[in-house]
Amino acid sequence: MLSKFLAQRESTLFVIIIILLVAVGLRAPRFLEPGRLLSTLNDTVILIMLTMAQLAVIVSGGIDLSVASNLAFTGMATALLNFMFPGVPIVLLVVLALAIGAALGAFNGSLVAWGGVPPIIMTLATMSVFRGMVYLISGGAWVSAHQMTPAFRSIPRVGLLGMPLLMWFGFVTIAVMYVLMNNTRLGRELYAIGDNERSARLVGVNTRLTRFKSFVLSGAIAGLTGLLWVSRYASAQNQTAAGFELETVAAAVIGGVSIMGGSGSVIGAVLGAVFLGIVKNALNVIGVSPFFQLGIQGAVILIAIIANTVIDRRTQVRLGSRRVAA
Amino acid sequence: MSGEQARLAKQPRASLGQRALGLLVRWEMVLFLLLIGVFVLNSNLSPVFLTQRNLLNATFSFMERAIMALPMMLIIISGEIDISVAGIIALSATAMGLASEAGASIPVMILVALATGLAAGLLNAFIVLRFRVPSIAVTIGSMSLFRGVSWAILGNQAISGYPRELAQLGQGTVGNTMIPMPLVMFACLALVFGIVLHRTGIGRTIFAIGNNATATQFSGIPVDRYKAVLFALNGLVAGFAAVLLTSRILSTRPNIAMAWELEVVTLVVLGGVAITGGKGSIIGVVLSIFVTGYLRFGLSLINVPSQVIGIITGLLLVGAIILPGVFEHYSNKLILGKQLKPLEPQRE
Repeated sequence: MLSKFLAQRESTLFVIIIILLVAVGLRAPRFLEPGRLLSTLNDTVILIMLTMAQLAVIVSGGIDLSVASNLAFTGMATALLNFMFPGVPIVLLVVLALAIGAALGAFNGSLVAWGGVPPIIMTLATMSVFRGMVYLISGGAWVSAHQMTPAFRSIPRVGLLGMPLLMWFGFVTIAVMYVLMNNTRLGRELYAIGDNERSARLVGVNTRLTRFKSFVLSGAIAGLTGLLWVSRYASAQNQTAAGFELETVAAAVIGGVSIMGGSGSVIGAVLGAVFLGIVKNALNVIGVSPFFQLGIQGAVILIAIIANTVIDRRTQVRLGSRRVAA
Repeated sequence: MSGEQARLAKQPRASLGQRALGLLVRWEMVLFLLLIGVFVLNSNLSPVFLTQRNLLNATFSFMERAIMALPMMLIIISGEIDISVAGIIALSATAMGLASEAGASIPVMILVALATGLAAGLLNAFIVLRFRVPSIAVTIGSMSLFRGVSWAILGNQAISGYPRELAQLGQGTVGNTMIPMPLVMFACLALVFGIVLHRTGIGRTIFAIGNNATATQFSGIPVDRYKAVLFALNGLVAGFAAVLLTSRILSTRPNIAMAWELEVVTLVVLGGVAITGGKGSIIGVVLSIFVTGYLRFGLSLINVPSQVIGIITGLLLVGAIILPGVFEHYSNKLILGKQLKPLEPQRE
């Protein structure tokens, strides 16, 4: 029972997270107070959600470097809508955020699926295209707190059954992704084309359509996080979440998602994002100078990636799998 | 596969005229036309653009990235990638700054920058090859590490107070001509990289590794050693780019060369190098460097904001992928007539 639990990489990561929490707790006990832990989690929700977006694409053998720019554009678009038409109900804005994000994702997806553009190149390009579009719709200006309606600003903070709405969004996203990846045909097809696109096609998967869907899914989640981001930080600007795309890739890889596609779990990806979130927050709490934080983060990411790969390979050898990376 | 070979064997050899035509409709030709287009556009927008002085001076603004594109080209052709280049530049420049503050002479400063870059490249190579982790994942991590060390050392301070003579490298011109020093260095390096890639066994091997690393390994070539050298070379050249950049701006902050990694990859891919490896040419990369460089420069002359330039280069990049396929399709049709069936996109 225990050995089976430990053989799963998710549990390894879970144990590492517990050790990390204890270690930080020894240095700064207040980090383990429930309120502080909750706020750490709250800080991490957006990273978790965006890692879910990244997961859908990476599992299918792609990568989406445009998630952060998508977030910035959709965030700016919804913030501008709220500024210009304060009467638009928030629920409609949520739907719009999903739709705008999905549309941007569809642009990526269609050119990847039917135009033959490699995902990394397509999303590298739209990373700067979408960010440029933020400038086009905003004219370079910011939308700041006083230009947003109070209802808009309170989206993430409204409590529902004792939990802020932001966390609910996170939980629902995780739940939807969990069901989608594990219990639906689309989920299985995503794994299939990520593992071996040719075989997937031969057994009748519409590989192009599936790839397209992976980007639409990723875009929709990124769009939703855009709305949450600008309402949470009460500011929409050109540089919103710049550079965040690589953090989501790092979180997914730490969570055991294979960057080559075909394997990786929702729970693993969530744990990867939580791990990264705790590291970032813990560094603040134990008083590490902000100037040291990027370097420590980088080292932690590197070590986690190496550890994951090594553990993974050992497990595969033990299970007699022939898929030991060449 | 054998059916494919039989079909190819049946095709008549292309005549000289047909081959010349084939040369005309290659991606490099498209880039060349794009370059002319950029020149025409720019000289219409600004009367001073097409002066010799301006054309030469403009190159100062993009030569460091141009130089970085050369080793990146080799890495991508070999089927790997290095996202950490900009981080290496920041780290090397920081090391160089520390050397300068310690009173080192200019040659020592340059050596320190080169050695730092080389060490960073070797670290990437070690992790990628020893632990068999995909290079994209490793270098995303080491990108933060390298730049993070630079932040840790410098904080919000900047190192300036470099000796004036250092400026000669990155700001100077050759003799009393108007030819910028960095342009000359780029030209020399591009020549060397081009010859190595297209005229030597080393270059053939790099293409072979990118096409099929396993097959190359089985034919007795030490693939890992090649890849290690490529990562190390990338680090070394990043160190050199750091020297040029420092010499041009004469100050070092931890955020220098921010987000250059993706710009450098864009230069290489826009030049027709396949991101999946195994395909590319030095001519394409050099052309893409000048197309992108002059486009940015010209548009900024008429105050087009950098974000809009970002949209244009982004779309150019996507076009660079879709168009060559279309071009190849039609040029094959043109050259070989109707013998060739419509080109199916290569599938794996």
